[in-house]
Amino acid sequence: MSEDLLRIDDLHVSFSTRRGLVEAVRGVTLTVAPGEMLGLVGESGSGKSVTGFATTRLLDAAGRVIGGRILFRGQDVTKLGGDDLRQLQGAAMSMIFQNPRAALNPIRAIGLQIADAILTHKRISRDAARAEALELLRAVQIRDPETRMNAYPHELSGGMCQRVMIAIAISCNPALLIADEPTTGLDVTTQKVVMDLLADIAAARGMATILITHDLGLAARYCRRIAVMERGRIVEEADPKTLFSAPQHAYTRRLVAASPTATSRIEDLVTEEERERHAAVVSKPRLEPAHGTPPLLEVRKLAKRFDQGAAAVADFSMTMAGGESVGLVGESGSGKSTTSRMICRLIDPSEGDIVFDGQSIGRVASRDFHRSRFRKDIQMVFQDPNESLNPRFTAFDCIAHPLLRLDGMRAGEALRQRVEECAERVGLPHDLLPRFPHQLSGGQKARVGIARAIACRPRLLVLDEPTAALDVSVQAVVLQLLDRLRRENDIALLFVSHDLNVVRMLCDRTIVLRNGGIVEQGESRALFDNPKTDYTRELVEAIPHIESGKVLAAAL
Amino acid sequence: MRAGRRLLSSLPALFGVLVFTFLLMRVLPGDPAVFFASGPNAGKEEIEQIRKQMGLDKSVPEQLVFYLSDIGRGNLGRSMMTGQPVLKDLRERLPASLELTFTALLIALIAAVPLGVMAALRPGSVVDHGVRLFCALGVCVPTFVSGLLLIYVFYYLLGLAPDPTGRIDVFTSLPPQRTGFLSIDFLLAGDVDGWWAACKQLILPAVSMALFVIAPLARITRASMLVSLGSDFVRTARSVGLSWRKVVVTYALRNAILPVITIAGIVFSTMLGANVLVEKVFSWPGVASYALDALLSSDYAPVQGFVLLMASLFVLVNLVVDICYGIADPRVSIG
Repeated sequence: MSEDLLRIDDLHVSFSTRRGLVEAVRGVTLTVAPGEMLGLVGESGSGKSVTGFATTRLLDAAGRVIGGRILFRGQDVTKLGGDDLRQLQGAAMSMIFQNPRAALNPIRAIGLQIADAILTHKRISRDAARAEALELLRAVQIRDPETRMNAYPHELSGGMCQRVMIAIAISCNPALLIADEPTTGLDVTTQKVVMDLLADIAAARGMATILITHDLGLAARYCRRIAVMERGRIVEEADPKTLFSAPQHAYTRRLVAASPTATSRIEDLVTEEERERHAAVVSKPRLEPAHGTPPLLEVRKLAKRFDQGAAAVADFSMTMAGGESVGLVGESGSGKSTTSRMICRLIDPSEGDIVFDGQSIGRVASRDFHRSRFRKDIQMVFQDPNESLNPRFTAFDCIAHPLLRLDGMRAGEALRQRVEECAERVGLPHDLLPRFPHQLSGGQKARVGIARAIACRPRLLVLDEPTAALDVSVQAVVLQLLDRLRRENDIALLFVSHDLNVVRMLCDRTIVLRNGGIVEQGESRALFDNPKTDYTRELVEAIPHIESGKVLAAAL
Repeated sequence: MRAGRRLLSSLPALFGVLVFTFLLMRVLPGDPAVFFASGPNAGKEEIEQIRKQMGLDKSVPEQLVFYLSDIGRGNLGRSMMTGQPVLKDLRERLPASLELTFTALLIALIAAVPLGVMAALRPGSVVDHGVRLFCALGVCVPTFVSGLLLIYVFYYLLGLAPDPTGRIDVFTSLPPQRTGFLSIDFLLAGDVDGWWAACKQLILPAVSMALFVIAPLARITRASMLVSLGSDFVRTARSVGLSWRKVVVTYALRNAILPVITIAGIVFSTMLGANVLVEKVFSWPGVASYALDALLSSDYAPVQGFVLLMASLFVLVNLVVDICYGIADPRVSIG
């Protein structure tokens, strides 16, 4: 047996909640060798982060290790206290967190924050610590580090904040680095840069790394060994190649299937046995619209300026036919959400026009648009299923609301039938309808959001990152649902997303946005296979592919 | 620059306060002319004459115009009670009120912030419940009751405090007036005994006022400290092994103090206006008791002057709070 740096033995962690003890980790056994990068993959609630927090002793007050050992260099971390623990934290093992901006002190200059970490473990002067902090900022490739030393987190982008976080974590050359979803919420290109940086630094300094992520593709790209967690247990552990080519456990199979890849189709996202549960959709061949029919949506030279500043969107034109699905992709700040909101008539465009079904709707003020007869034809599904449902409305109320307001229905048997029919179409069981949002799971909430949007039988559905907050397996089901709705009801979909794999699967055509302008557009598959502009190519290449894991493994 | 614009933008509000108080005083029952006539059996002609003298025979809009033009010239009118210009009265009494309020706020903050922090560090513990009980007592006992209790204990029973009559006992010679704050003036004059005497007079009224506002300050400290301690950046600080002190003070408390600044500003403004009870109990020669006396004797000018003063102070305090906030939080830019 080789000398393990970290050895987790039958770890059990429980949380005391209002509903009693909940066991989040039940019997995890794991080893990490020095210098190794291990991927810990699982969906939300699988206990992967809790395992990481237990290792660095950062569990909430409610969480407790109730069994097992965590041996770091032969020393049981769970039994350390006081000074011994602080000697370990930061100096021997450190952690990088999700949401880098919140992880940094908002009112302290980043240089000072890095120096704080250095001064805790080294007996050097403040000036020397400052010099080291500057050196670290250089190491994490922050441009113009001298000025950035005095910057506050809100003045930096998310990717920059994560680099600062990495600088803090590596400041004392720890032997073990635990990265908890380090790139979730960052743009794909930033994600790639940050992960490459992290991998390089870990390799150069000989740090062992545990990469905790929900993204199988990401883990496959950077790790030589991946452990898959489900409901507090490790169900499978293998190198990426074996994991993807021959997954052993049923859960891994499901996870692998649900992770979208460059070639996967919507139908592939669930495993065989699951597919049978959903009634097969008879996909009618779509009728080509007769020649000369006006497009469902035509957007002409749309522009939006906020507060007289630079244009958030400029010169945006597109057309959509009925039943067509169009993807709108771009990084944060590219104007994709602004564009989608203008098309939904939630905000007013500064210039240009929107023509829906042959009628101009761009000139109707957004605050009056709810009285327009097109309001029920254009509906929206929002990004965060938690935030976009009224917490005091039951699922039934949420779905009934647009029917009452836009369709002029009255409370009664007819309304109940319509709501139940909508729920059925999105696969929401009837007994969930009286529940409040907090009593529903993420996937169920997403379904309520979709049911609400399709309640009035719209002709255009605008979806703003509808699956960004969902686990891959839930995302797979929601994507299938959307695709089915489109086919069955001939709803046109405008799909706003930063996830290119998803857009590739779901959308006939794709529009790539950057800095408020269209960079490239075309038929999805062609656009992704043969990007014409450098920017699109960069985007496509930044997607962590599961295949590239195989390439990586082969290259080594 | 920005500060100047802020002050300008508050002028309409001040003007509104001015007009509103003026009208309010006119609709309140009570005729100042009757009040200031020579005696209860003054003749009708005498009252009429006084009324004419005071300009009360004119219509209300006319009076308002006169009043506003006087204000514009910096003339707040003359008090019928003291016979002095209101401006002079206020200028004499304001430092007393300010000194009392500042001291009370300082005591409240010094007590409330550590209490709130202690409560937040161990939520649900004995300390937490103790702080909660203390705060509840502070709020539900009116200031004049706590003031009387303090006098009873420290003056009557223990004899530690001097008799509660004003800012300084009659035998101490006053220092040359510079700031108007006795405790500071004594120090500037190098009179330590005088300073100590002034402080002794000050401490009881200040404490009884502070008791009343410790509760909101401690509660807000506790709440924002809890948020701060549960935040991601405190977890980051712990993850690199920063010392307990550094985590609690530099990381958690400095962030948690931001809402406390806002509340402190509000509390200060409220105290300034509402300390009339304390001023009465301790015979403190402040603006609030002056305004109350004026109100009771239908003396218009001092009341209007007082309200204008309070409104201006409120604007000023808010500005100071915003500036403090801007200094404490780099995300806010107000200069």
